[in-house]
Amino acid sequence: MKRTFAMLSVLMVAAMILSACGQATPEATEPPDVEVTEAPETPEPFECDDDIGCVTYAPDEPIRIASALVITGPDSQLGLDSQYGVEIAIDFRGQVAGHDVELQAEDDGCSAEGGQAAGQKIVSDPTIIGVVGTSCSGAGVPMSRVISEAGYFMVSPSNTSPVLTDPDNAWNPGYLRTAHNDKVQGAAIADYAFNVLGLTTAAAIHDGDPYTEGLTNAFRESFQALGGTIVAYTAVNKGDTDMRPVLTDVAAAGPPGFLYYPVFTAECALLSKQALEVAGLEDTVRSAADGCISDAAALAIGDASAGMYWSGPDIAFAGQLYEDFRAAYLDKYGTETLSVFHAHAFDATNMIFDCIESVGVLEDDGTLHIGRDAMRACLYATTGFDGITGTLTCDAVGDCADPKISISEIQDGDYVKIWP
Amino acid sequence: MRSRLANIDFIGVFLWVIRAAIIVAVVWGTTATILNNTYTTRQWTDFLVFGVAQGSMYALIAIGYTLVYGVLFMINFAHGEFFMSGIFTATVFLALPMDNAGWLDRNPLLGLLIIAVVSMVISVVIAVVTERIAYRHLRTAPRLVPLITAIGASFFWQNLYRGLLGGEQKPFPQLEVLTGTIPMLGTEIQKVHIVVIIVTIIMLIGLNFFIIRTKTGKAIRSVAEDKEVAALMGIDVDRTITITFITGAAMAGIAGVLYAMVYRQVHFFMGFIPGIKAFTAAVLGGIGSIPGAAIGGLFLGMFESVGPSLFLKGLGIPAFNQLKDVIAFTMLVLVLIFRPQGILGEPLAEKKA
Repeated sequence: MKRTFAMLSVLMVAAMILSACGQATPEATEPPDVEVTEAPETPEPFECDDDIGCVTYAPDEPIRIASALVITGPDSQLGLDSQYGVEIAIDFRGQVAGHDVELQAEDDGCSAEGGQAAGQKIVSDPTIIGVVGTSCSGAGVPMSRVISEAGYFMVSPSNTSPVLTDPDNAWNPGYLRTAHNDKVQGAAIADYAFNVLGLTTAAAIHDGDPYTEGLTNAFRESFQALGGTIVAYTAVNKGDTDMRPVLTDVAAAGPPGFLYYPVFTAECALLSKQALEVAGLEDTVRSAADGCISDAAALAIGDASAGMYWSGPDIAFAGQLYEDFRAAYLDKYGTETLSVFHAHAFDATNMIFDCIESVGVLEDDGTLHIGRDAMRACLYATTGFDGITGTLTCDAVGDCADPKISISEIQDGDYVKIWP
Repeated sequence: MRSRLANIDFIGVFLWVIRAAIIVAVVWGTTATILNNTYTTRQWTDFLVFGVAQGSMYALIAIGYTLVYGVLFMINFAHGEFFMSGIFTATVFLALPMDNAGWLDRNPLLGLLIIAVVSMVISVVIAVVTERIAYRHLRTAPRLVPLITAIGASFFWQNLYRGLLGGEQKPFPQLEVLTGTIPMLGTEIQKVHIVVIIVTIIMLIGLNFFIIRTKTGKAIRSVAEDKEVAALMGIDVDRTITITFITGAAMAGIAGVLYAMVYRQVHFFMGFIPGIKAFTAAVLGGIGSIPGAAIGGLFLGMFESVGPSLFLKGLGIPAFNQLKDVIAFTMLVLVLIFRPQGILGEPLAEKKA
C-alpha cells in the first residue's frame, strides 16, 4: 500500500513537471522553453527578457503561424475562404523579417470541441508564434482560453459574438479579431427597424449558438435603447423543423412589428416561410442576418423572401489592393471568393506580420527572436492599420475591426444592398 | 437481506419523488398558463392542429420501427434514412424540374401523385437493399450486432446522399392548391395540414386492412409471433421479412412527401431527428404494436406542439420553445415509469424480451 502511494506521488510529480514544461504559462517559475534557453552560440548570446518567453527561429527556419478555421463539413466554405485569405497574405508578403512564413492549417470544426482540440494542438508546438482563427464564435470561446493561457495569441477574422471581447465573459488576454463585433450589427439592424422602418415593437429568436444568441441580445439591447419594446425574446433548437408553435407564441405576445432571427440556413428558411402562415404575423416584418446569406439560403426561402431583410457585413470593399487580392484568389484557387471573411483574414495576417517585423530581434546571422508578450502588446497597440476592410485600430479587448454593416433584400434571387 | 430491502425502498421513493415533481410542475405550469390567459382559442386550436399534423408524420415513420421490431426484435436506426432517401431523390429529380418547367402548378394532383409514388419506390428500394446486404446475414447474431449495423447503414446512406446530391438545403416547390387556409371547426386550418391528416388516416386504414385482412398480413403476424413455427407452417420467412421492410419503407416514403409539402425544404440529414422522434413515438405507443405507433406518434406531436406553451410558459421559463424535446422525452420517461410496455403495448413474453 505504502509503495503504491509512493509510486503514485512520483508519477504525480512527474506529470506536474511535464505539464508545466508543456504549457510555458506566464507564471511558470521554471526556466522558459528549452528552445529559448538554448540560445544560439554567438559571441553575445541573446537575452530574452520577455515576460512570457521568446520564440527563436534559426537563420534558415521559416516563421510558423497557424490557422484554425472551419475547413471541413457543411460550413467549410466559410473557413476555406478565410484560409485562402491567409495564404494570399503570405504570398503577397514574401518574407517577414528575413524569414519565410509557413502556415499550419488546423480545423476548428465550427464547434467548441473542435476549437478546444485545435487550440491544444497548436499550443503543443512551441515553434508557432500565433494563430489566425477561429471561424466560428462557438469554437473561439474555448480556443481563446487555451491559446491565451499558453502565452500565444489569436486574431480571428470571422468571430463576431460580443462575448469574445467581453472581459466579464469569454475574453482572454491573447484574443483579438478583425471581424466586426455583433454589437455593431445588432445596433445597425435595430436602427434600421426603429428609425427607417418606423417599427416600435420587435421580437427576436436565436438558436442557442453563441453567434446567434450574441446577435439577438445585441439587437434587443439596441432596440430597447432606441425606445422600442421587445415583446418576445425566445429560441429554437438547431434541427427543429416545426417553427409554427414558437411563431404562434410570438404572435400571442405581440404581435411584433419586427421579427429578427439571425439563425443559420435551415432554421432561417423554415422561420421565413412559416412566419407567413401563422395567424397574427401577417404584418410583421421579417429579418435574418449573415448566417442566412448564401445562394442555398435564397433558394430554400424561395418566394417567402419578398418583404424580408438581411443584416450583414458590408463586403463591397474598394481599392487596388482588393482588386489584386481577388485576381490572386481567382488565379490560385480557380473560383471567385467563397464567403465573406477572406479580406478580414488577409488583414489579420498582415497585422501579425507587421508586429513580427516591429518586435522581432534579428541577429547578424539571421536568427530571429520574437517575444510572445511583446507580440501581444504590439497587436493590441495596432492603430490606423491600413487594410482591405478599412482602417483598423485595436481597443484594449482586441476589437480591431472597422465595421461596416449593411441591410440587404433579395431581388430576383440576388442579395441587393439597400441601406445605408 | 435488510440492506437489499433498503435499496428497493430507496429506488421506489426516488421514482415517486420524480413522478410527484413532474406532476406538480405540470399542474402548476398549466394552471398558471391558463390563469394568465395568454393565448386565444384560435391559438390553442392552432397548436393542436400543428401537433396533429406533425404527429401524423411521426406516426407514419413510427410504423416502420414498430413493424421491423415486431418481426426481428431489432431497432432499425436506418429507418430515418429510408424516409429521407425517397423524398430527397424525388425532390431533386422530379419536383424541382417539374416546377421549373411550370408543369407542376398546372397538374398539381398528378404531379404530387408521381412524386409520392417515386418517393415510395426509392424508399422501398433503399430499405430492401439495406435489409438484404446489411441485416439478413446478421439475423442469428447477438442483438447488439444488427443494432450497430443499422447505425452504420444510417451513416452510409446519409453520406452517400450528401456526396451524390449535395449538402445544402433543397427547396421543395410550393403548390398553389396547398397554399392558404380553409375555415373549419370555427377556425382557419392550413390546407396542407388537412391533406397531411387525411393522407395519414387513409394510409393507416390501408395498413390495418393489409395486416389484418390479407394473407401476407397474416404471414407477417405469424412471423412476428414465432419465426420457427411460421417456417414450419410453410411461410417463407425471408420473403415475409422483406415485405415487412417494404411496408415500413413505403409508409416512410409517404411521410417524406408530407414532410416536404409542409416544410418545403429537404436535406440529406433530414431523416435523423424525425427518425429519433418516431422511434420515441413507437416506444411510447408500445413497440411492436401498430395502433400503438400511430397513437404514440400523434401524442408525441401534440405534446411537442402544445406542451411548451401549456406547461412551461406558466412556469416563467425563458425561451421555453427550445425545451420541446425535453417535454417529448420527459413524457417518454413518464409513460415508461407508469406503464413500461408503452401505451398500447402488451407485456413482453419471455422470448421477445
